Amino acid sequence: MSTAPEAGTWAHFIETFFRPDLIDQYAGAIGDGVIVTCEIALLVVVCGLALGMALAIVRAYRITALSLIIVGVVDLLRSLPPLVIILLMYFGLPTVGLTLSGFFVLWLVLTLVLAAFAEEIFWAGILSVRKGQWEAARSTGLGFNQCLIYVVVPQAIRMTVAPLTNRTIAITKNTALGTVIGVGEILNEASTAQSFSGSATPLMMGAIAYILLFIPVVIVGRWIETRFQWRRA
Amino acid sequence: MAAILEARGLWKSFGDFDALKGVDFTLNTGELVFVIGPSGSGKSTMLRCFNRLEEPTEGSVMFDGVNLMDRSVDINLMRRRLGMVFQQFNLYPHLTARDNVTLALRKVLGKARAEANEIAEAMLDRVGLGDKADSHPGELSGGQQQRVAIARALALEPTVMLFDEPTSALDPELVGSVLQVMQQLREAGMTMVVVSHEMRFARAAADRVIFMADGQILEEGTPEKIFESPEHARTREFMQEIGQ
Repeated sequence: MSTAPEAGTWAHFIETFFRPDLIDQYAGAIGDGVIVTCEIALLVVVCGLALGMALAIVRAYRITALSLIIVGVVDLLRSLPPLVIILLMYFGLPTVGLTLSGFFVLWLVLTLVLAAFAEEIFWAGILSVRKGQWEAARSTGLGFNQCLIYVVVPQAIRMTVAPLTNRTIAITKNTALGTVIGVGEILNEASTAQSFSGSATPLMMGAIAYILLFIPVVIVGRWIETRFQWRRA
Repeated sequence: MAAILEARGLWKSFGDFDALKGVDFTLNTGELVFVIGPSGSGKSTMLRCFNRLEEPTEGSVMFDGVNLMDRSVDINLMRRRLGMVFQQFNLYPHLTARDNVTLALRKVLGKARAEANEIAEAMLDRVGLGDKADSHPGELSGGQQQRVAIARALALEPTVMLFDEPTSALDPELVGSVLQVMQQLREAGMTMVVVSHEMRFARAAADRVIFMADGQILEEGTPEKIFESPEHARTREFMQEIGQ
């Protein structure tokens, strides 16, 4: 009485999540999604981190007006759900005559959101470099810019690698939001396939694609963290 | 002897607190001046006003005939001629000992990396750390770190060296190596101002000892005079407290 239903349950599970014929059928589409996700993720990580770093460095000059603007925009971007900004841009802007592609909107919004978080993290890193470091550098005749570039920022980066890696992974996973504005990334391809097939198999394929994609990123992140550790003087 | 560094009426306020209250100080070329006094007396603040790491509220600092308070003076150019050594060493933790020394050589003096490396290795040799050029500060003892910091300042061929409590953060057994390097500098004729409580070193090496309290210079003279027969009651009190 107990074995038969179990076998049935197991078969039902396979039928729902791992149907071989559907895996075969949609592997190509999901593969295309993986490429799109990789493209956006890479662009977002590079541009977001660069912009965040640039904004943190601008703040180091302590020009009140500029700092206030940066803090204001950053706080706005950190408090709004990225999905809200994506929808506003994609569906709102065309009504004022500005139509942007889904790919561009997704890239822009995620870049800005990552930049906002990265700016805060970098800024905390810059602040945590001891005052003595500035003083030692200045006492040897280095100017403010040189001190920032050669002494403070390299230390700030090393101190912030861990939180930065986590945040970067979190934001990059938000590429899945592209599905609501028709960007052909993994989740979009998977849910389209799910609608057509009526099976959860493509969604499971999508989930596995994300795991295959992000596990290496998590591992590389951990490697970077240990690589950048150095005994503080 | 010609005055190389001359401060007049130095005043420094931090909010309501006056750390320096009109200090006059003259340093002659080749001289080693020791500055002693209770903590909070303004010793370090005075030293840091000499290269404008601390901006004096009032007063003037003449260095080698140049008024450092003059807005048209390139303070970065002057600072490299006023070598400074800090209590906490302040080595750059992300750079090797060699690169700690070469950074300003390359970025301030514009030397090529190869030439800067040569100078750095010679300087590290001079402080007895020729074999530690590739070590990061975290791999060095406090005494070794402080000697790298001295090499970093020396590499820029300063006219004057300012030492801000260079041995206060060191374990007792590491103090000797740093004092030894300072003694060598002294013998090589380096002009130095040393804020420190290493009285034995002061007796042996100082030309002049200055006693500061409450942001003022209360007394100055030869080590014998200050240590054996101080005139001021505050100086005598201080000498008793530190067991001299």
